[in-house]
Amino acid sequence: MKELSSRAMEGDVRAASRLIRNIEDNVPELSIAMKHIFPHTGRAHVIGITGAPGAGKSTLTDELIVAMRKKQKTVGVLAVDPTSPFTGGALLGDRIRMLRHACDQGVFVRSLATRGAMGGLSKAVGDGIHVLDVMGKDKIIVETVGVGQQEVDIINHAHTVIVVLVPGMGDEVQAIKAGLMEIADIFVINKADRDGANKLYKETRSMLEMGHFEDGWEPPIIMIESVLQPQTFSQSVCELCEKIDAHYQHLVDKNLLQSRFIRKVTTELNDSLHLAIFDKLVESLVNSGEWDQMLQALMRKESDPYTLAEAVAKKYLR
Amino acid sequence: MSSGKIRILLAKPGLDGHDRGAKVLARTFRDAGYEVIYTGCHQTPEMIAAAAIQEDVDVVGLSCLSGAHNYLYPAVVNLLREQGADDIEVIGGGIIPDKDMQGLYDAGLKALFTPGATLDSIVDWINANITPRK
Repeated sequence: MKELSSRAMEGDVRAASRLIRNIEDNVPELSIAMKHIFPHTGRAHVIGITGAPGAGKSTLTDELIVAMRKKQKTVGVLAVDPTSPFTGGALLGDRIRMLRHACDQGVFVRSLATRGAMGGLSKAVGDGIHVLDVMGKDKIIVETVGVGQQEVDIINHAHTVIVVLVPGMGDEVQAIKAGLMEIADIFVINKADRDGANKLYKETRSMLEMGHFEDGWEPPIIMIESVLQPQTFSQSVCELCEKIDAHYQHLVDKNLLQSRFIRKVTTELNDSLHLAIFDKLVESLVNSGEWDQMLQALMRKESDPYTLAEAVAKKYLR
Repeated sequence: MSSGKIRILLAKPGLDGHDRGAKVLARTFRDAGYEVIYTGCHQTPEMIAAAAIQEDVDVVGLSCLSGAHNYLYPAVVNLLREQGADDIEVIGGGIIPDKDMQGLYDAGLKALFTPGATLDSIVDWINANITPRK
């Protein structure tokens, strides 16, 4: 496993992709590799792209790769798509928008399935970012699944969050709701040649005017028109790329990167504790037959979940 | 707790835009519980091999209806071998004349499915012959 992490740190694509596979499958020896990698992480700029299904996240990512490559930056992409709740299978179709980069050695694209995670990401995203980081990618783009209002886990992993909106999704009350609309460092109004784009711009603008920005960064709104007009499309995406860099510079200048790192390590510590304690506990309850006994007791209404949880905690947590 | 899943890359190499069959397969594999990376039409063998490695798939499924299978399919197998990824199996489908079959197997294709093959027979073959990597 350590050989795998060493090769990944030298930029070996095969080793990196295998490592990400092991992260997804949560193979037991993985922690050896991640312990090895962790001290070398935190160098890359991580950009999250989120928004509704079909908003254009993958297509924007594709053009952003072009813009970043023009600036001589290497790029890693983690693109998340949903897992079926019925079969556990998944159709990972983000990569199809990014095919032109397939043979560019400076670009690494990996598709991930959510595998039951609810926050718009896969559990493998946090460690997957670390792998791309130590591989030497300058910019890491994380594309979430198509999200609704509440799937905001991306803020725990990205330095710069882009929320992609499209016209025709609701009125100004939608714009002032909590959740997704709060997490943007940059708004993109995509498909801005469509009816309703100006109205959406005004609603987003007025939502922003109600707010105050303690860290001194007011999220810009960038209008991007149809991909079918390649010249204006790529110009607008270049503008987006400039804003992404400006935001990172802002974080550096104002000493705000630390706050993003704290979010990430908090999440990671939580996840690791979950893995080391909770998952192990459930496993041993299942193996000892207690899990089944508790379920039966609940079905017969002989006990309740609170009493059982307290009993388990008393037995295992001292 | 490890939860290995079969990962499969579906691609259509060469000049062939008829992707209905490939999309039906993508859906079928999804329903069989695989993780399917669907990459669509007009790809070079180089693009397919690079994607298969970046995605760390267990198997690559190629579809080609234009008659260029004798060139394109072995090219993908060879590129994977050259890049040290000969553990990624390659299977193919399409309009493949009987006389071409042996040559493709000799070139390293692990299975070929031609018109009339049922979706079940393809899934059964994968389940029997492909194990998710650890």
